Amino acid sequence: MVEYILEMKHITKEFSGVKALDDVNLTIKKGEIHALCGENGAGKSTLMNVLSGVYSYGTYTGEIVYYGEVCKFDNIRSSEKKGIVIIHQELALIPYLSIAENVFLGNEVTHMKGVIDWNETERRARDVLSKIGMGNEDLSQLVNTLGVGKQQLIEIAKALAKKVELLILDEPTAALNDEESNILLDLIRKLKEQGITCIMISHKLNEVSRVADSITVIRDGHTIETIEKADKEIEEDRIIKGMVGRELTNRYPERNSKIGDIIFEVKDWNVYNPLNPMRKVLKNISLNVRSGEVVGLAGLMGAGRTELAMSIFGKAYGTKISGRVIKNGKELHLKSIQDAINNKIAYVSEDRKKYGLVLINDLKWNMSLACLRSRFSRHGVIDENEEIHAVENYRKIINIKTNSIEQRVGSLSGGNQQKVVLAKWMLSEPDVLLLDEPTRGIDVGAKYEIYTVINSLADAGKAVIVISSEMPELLGICDRIYVINEGEIAGELQREEFSQERIMKKIMNHIGREKSNNG
Amino acid sequence: MANTIQQKRIAVGNSVQQKRMAMSNLKQYGMMIALFLIYIIFAVLSDGKNIAPMNINNLVMQNSYVVILSLGMLLCCLTANVDLAVGSIVAFCGAAAAILIMDYHIAIPITVAIVLVMGVLVGMFQGFFIAALKVPPFIVTLANMLVFRGLTMVVLNGQTKGPLPQGFTQIGAGYMPQIFTQVGGTKIEILSLVAGILVSIVLILLEIHSRRNKIKHHFAVPPIWQPAIKLVVMIGVLNFITVKLAMYMGLPLVLLLMFVLIIVYSFITNNTVAGRQVYAVGGNVNAARLSGINTDKVMFWVYTNMGFLAGLAGVVLAARNASATPKAGDSFEMDAIAACYIGGAAVQGGIGTISGAVIGALIMGILNNGMSLIGWSIDIQRVVKGLVLLLAVTIDLYNKRKSS
Repeated sequence: MVEYILEMKHITKEFSGVKALDDVNLTIKKGEIHALCGENGAGKSTLMNVLSGVYSYGTYTGEIVYYGEVCKFDNIRSSEKKGIVIIHQELALIPYLSIAENVFLGNEVTHMKGVIDWNETERRARDVLSKIGMGNEDLSQLVNTLGVGKQQLIEIAKALAKKVELLILDEPTAALNDEESNILLDLIRKLKEQGITCIMISHKLNEVSRVADSITVIRDGHTIETIEKADKEIEEDRIIKGMVGRELTNRYPERNSKIGDIIFEVKDWNVYNPLNPMRKVLKNISLNVRSGEVVGLAGLMGAGRTELAMSIFGKAYGTKISGRVIKNGKELHLKSIQDAINNKIAYVSEDRKKYGLVLINDLKWNMSLACLRSRFSRHGVIDENEEIHAVENYRKIINIKTNSIEQRVGSLSGGNQQKVVLAKWMLSEPDVLLLDEPTRGIDVGAKYEIYTVINSLADAGKAVIVISSEMPELLGICDRIYVINEGEIAGELQREEFSQERIMKKIMNHIGREKSNNG
Repeated sequence: MANTIQQKRIAVGNSVQQKRMAMSNLKQYGMMIALFLIYIIFAVLSDGKNIAPMNINNLVMQNSYVVILSLGMLLCCLTANVDLAVGSIVAFCGAAAAILIMDYHIAIPITVAIVLVMGVLVGMFQGFFIAALKVPPFIVTLANMLVFRGLTMVVLNGQTKGPLPQGFTQIGAGYMPQIFTQVGGTKIEILSLVAGILVSIVLILLEIHSRRNKIKHHFAVPPIWQPAIKLVVMIGVLNFITVKLAMYMGLPLVLLLMFVLIIVYSFITNNTVAGRQVYAVGGNVNAARLSGINTDKVMFWVYTNMGFLAGLAGVVLAARNASATPKAGDSFEMDAIAACYIGGAAVQGGIGTISGAVIGALIMGILNNGMSLIGWSIDIQRVVKGLVLLLAVTIDLYNKRKSS
């Protein structure tokens, strides 16, 4: 009889009608390291947010049984009280507070209700830090002076200070280098010996197969399978097979590509991180797109795809950019976003709410914004009739479901918002479109409509570059795919060679190569 | 079959749309109704003193600076910022005008031009720190509030400079050409009556033109009674004011100045690319940037413009007072900011209108004037103004939350 620390039964969670989790089951044995694997958007983080009370009881259906007792968490605090602590991908440390203060953040050691007991704080912080091998650190050091690796360890110390029994780590090594990752993974194993159970979400399958005792694969909000380690290590290929492999019938419109000559090229593109100009984000990237062609950029989160698109789009991202952008045989020198728009390049950003739309404004204002000066005005005065006609026209073409072009964009559904962003850039009549996650977070029907629009853009002879974290989507709509990893092109696939396994393999091989180069 | 369903859907859509239009229009007029109510309350409390011809004249002249400042302040508010330095810049520019005229004997038109350029340069100075050096506007303008107040005291040696010559005071206290006549024992200024009627006719023609234009392009138009009521009210108010002014001294020059500025700034915010860009930057600076808008340039010009209007308000204030004082323009920035927020501007930026800001400024002005007439002290006036601001913004936010 195995003892289960946690059983999540029939968990279903909807976001405005879209099922992010559908009847998910997860059982965790006491004292194991359990990995959750799946593509981006499969529902891993959502599941962990349900568990830790980020989504309170009642906003989902199903049951959480923890130590044999049904739990109804209202918020993170109530799950933390039971010893369930989640460490998110974005660290929750306060940069200008000391290590000791951060370790006890929200959990301060006090006497007389509210007065911090500094001596006790220091003693306990020292205690906790020595458990994670940082016993010699200066406790009064500010957290922002530490590297990312140590910051991640401080997060774990924070969890230990809360008397954690079930530790959840969301992509703990995503921002770490190999050495830091190894330290962290060793620590997780050490914690296991001390009886702490651990759930770990990770894309890095090599790490997963190294440390995990069992692996649950989630795909499209369903649990696919749980693989036990038994005696030998779990093969990476075995995990990949579970993660991908879904049927692709009728989810993508028919596509008859009429591909012409190369009209857009990027050569030897190098970009540095603007916040850290020593760090190269993109290394010698060269790619091309033909007219009428849809080219996909595949890769893991943080591979540098968005950075690539934005740096091409009039240096909207990055510093010390070098390389050439050639359109229709002519080299472009794009100094600003306005330059890029004038040269008929459009970039549809990945986060429509943050970067794409002015949510408090109406459809009309949003759709005309990018070409207000070039198309809808004379001497700086807006021709509102022309504006309304064009916007109405595109609203019909792209089928945005709204009563009026004067409706506030913030009140539209995600799919319709995305269509507004697309229409906005179609109004600027571009030749080259960079579409960054064009279907993120929208339902299947709206996705299909967006694919149809992408097809018609390509049919009109435009060059389309699509970035997507959903591999099946890229396989379904692209003519060619570049695989990008760690800021480099890891490979190129023609339509005949398309398969998710091949893309994954290219990424894994590239990671392997990087590793042997570094080692 | 499908066709009729389609048509039905369009019909339903249209009526929903009309209802929504009516709703949003009503809300827009909420503040205007508040303005009327406040005015009527004070008319009762002051036994009609505040509708006397001379008082209407005073209302126009006393509030002109705050109206002028709130036009520029609205643009700052649209970008989710404020300019705290305007009061000090008003004082500084007024002092400069007085010194140029009295100590250096520079001709009045040239003095005015120099002072306006000075306002622009001060605005550019602020804009440079905000846009190029990325110092938060709150800090930049707070610093300049101190700097220019201090500079004003320095250049004036802490003393009032005056009296300024009549040619200059005309700007703030003078009138447009006057033709007086006697009607039933009262002296009446004819030209202000004519101006009121002419503007009324223009308003009617403009409304007809815009409606025809919309129908020609098959755009939805509100039901006819809406613009009709709006016109009747506007023309009523306009002629009430011009008749009252006619019974006093005719049209003040600053009224013309305000009128022109309000029209120009309404046009900029409603009909130009520049205006639209200010709204976009305030609504979502990232989206604006990725739509090709040079957001730094927008911020620079918004503050430069504010400097220009502060310079202008400085001239008007010095002209009306016939002198420059170190304390001039004290807390004008707060009145202008309050006017914008009372008029419906959002603290988060991206929302607000020129007409709203003007109405806000008038509400503040009528409160000031009414409370003075019934003899409430300055201290109590501040309390009331503060509470009105708090109430107006609370109601506005509550409405917005309910509708979303």
